[in-house]
Amino acid sequence: MTSTTLASPRSLRRGGPTFVTHTALLTGRLLRAAWRMPVFLVMNLVQPIIWLLLFGQLFTSVVEIPGFSAGGSYLEYLTPGVVMMLALFGSAWSGTVYIQDMDRGVMDRFLTSPTNRASMIVSTLVYQSILAMVQSLIVVGIAFWTGARFEGGFSGMLLLLLGVVLLTAVFCSLSNAVALLARDQTALIGISQLITLPLMFLSSAIMNTKLSPEWVRNIAAYNPFEWAVVIGREALSAHPDWASLWGHAGLLAALAVVMAAWATSAFRVYQRSA
Amino acid sequence: MASATGPALVADHLVKTYSGGRGKPSVRAVDDLGFVAETGTVFGLLGPNGAGKSTTMKILSTLARADAGSAYVAGIDVTRHPARVRRAIGFVAQKPVSDPNDTGIENLVLAGRLQGMSGRDAAARARELLDRFGLTEHASRQVKTYSGGMARKLDVAIGLMHRPQVLFLDEPTTGLDPEARAELWLELERMTTAENLTVLLTTHYLDEADRLADRLAIVDHGRVVAGGTPEELKNDLRGDAVVVELAGDADPFAGLTALQRVDGLREVGGDGRTLRARADSGAATLPLALSALEAAGVAVASATVARPSLDDVYLRHTGRTFTRAQESAELVLENAS
Repeated sequence: MTSTTLASPRSLRRGGPTFVTHTALLTGRLLRAAWRMPVFLVMNLVQPIIWLLLFGQLFTSVVEIPGFSAGGSYLEYLTPGVVMMLALFGSAWSGTVYIQDMDRGVMDRFLTSPTNRASMIVSTLVYQSILAMVQSLIVVGIAFWTGARFEGGFSGMLLLLLGVVLLTAVFCSLSNAVALLARDQTALIGISQLITLPLMFLSSAIMNTKLSPEWVRNIAAYNPFEWAVVIGREALSAHPDWASLWGHAGLLAALAVVMAAWATSAFRVYQRSA
Repeated sequence: MASATGPALVADHLVKTYSGGRGKPSVRAVDDLGFVAETGTVFGLLGPNGAGKSTTMKILSTLARADAGSAYVAGIDVTRHPARVRRAIGFVAQKPVSDPNDTGIENLVLAGRLQGMSGRDAAARARELLDRFGLTEHASRQVKTYSGGMARKLDVAIGLMHRPQVLFLDEPTTGLDPEARAELWLELERMTTAENLTVLLTTHYLDEADRLADRLAIVDHGRVVAGGTPEELKNDLRGDAVVVELAGDADPFAGLTALQRVDGLREVGGDGRTLRARADSGAATLPLALSALEAAGVAVASATVARPSLDDVYLRHTGRTFTRAQESAELVLENAS
């Protein structure tokens, strides 16, 4: 039968090559959409930039509080925090793509085709990571332009971006899983409103936790957002605490793997109730 | 190859129950449903909203799992080998299956490549399908700029990209204007001859089932209540419908009396100036009816003979007219939401 012989030789490939090809194809689809609607990329940048410029100006004297010990300006202290903030905010909305695909028949079409399930998750992680890296470079550029100086150099920038990617992977997976389980845009609004701001304030993103109440410091130690902020801050500093940086990167990477696996398994739940 | 010998689709005693959510009773969407569709035919599942058509299609296309029963697509067990089934089928959901931000050709190429086609094969096949569905000049436009009819044609083309053995079409023309519907029907008829594939079609349009399906199963409350070719189903109802419209000044009562005396006419009845009856052969009986009316001095404005419609078939097997069933289904859906 012609219908089978034409499709089968390549389609019978399984595992690795299919995963890589499908991830590339699906990431390409998301990037095309972003390229055609760059307004979302810009919108996600507005808030972090306002925080950076406004807080950077408002709280310049914070660094003079005894015990803050930033060793530089507040703008320099704040920049890695704002970079992680934009990664967090952007990735919390990642599941929107799934909601749109479910509202149409696109999700059902993918699920009734050999499209790799893990690729469906990982493509959104790659896509959001690319967006977050571009935005991070813009934010660091603005900070530099307004007078901040970072000692970490080129390798420091790369490590900052590593933190951005790991944080994005964790929260994209969370957002995707919630989208698949709740199938409702309001649930995503819920996580981005309820989770992102507390996570940010329970971290050292804008205030050194040495000066916070003890309970904040204790919670921050378990806050994945804080782990990313630590990675970013150490990466950009003159003398990074390598043990702390790689320790937190390891924790974040492990969490990212767990979350991505959970999100992939959410497809099965979606299908069971389909 | 197993798929070349056996029927393309087998559904056997399928059952699927959905939990109703907090405190609500569970809903048995599919209840001991079964049918067989031969390779190379268009098989129609006809029924109102909520009859279980879409659920059946979801089970056969590996999207949902049946609670009980078995199903085979192209000879492959859907429960045991869903991955193999997915290579053999194309799926056009009730809702659009294209990405509105991508162009027509990008949608097609992506679908083909996800099915394992090379970039070159996918591009060639995409151009072939765009040409066949008359979309070539819109190939490089984003789908969100397409009309409803164009987008639906693209959906079907997406389903056909990898030359599937079985194509699922869930309510293909719902929401289209009459002109776009007629055009899509034409394309679907052409497609089934050109591609030599088996199509499972669900529809709640009687005329669509009549026109496109080789065989039909009428589904009601999750079960198949009648099956056969559209002709067989209609022939089960004895006789044609004879309808006579009287002129404005004619006496309906005299007309009724005259028709009741005509040999071969049964179930004579009237509604205002419209008189209806059934006849084994409408064409042979109509002249007799007209001369009887003329002899009684009853003037006739028009007369028609109609083959029984699937609406009549539906009424016979479910005890409800199709429109009534559709309305009550919509009421249930509204109350549920």
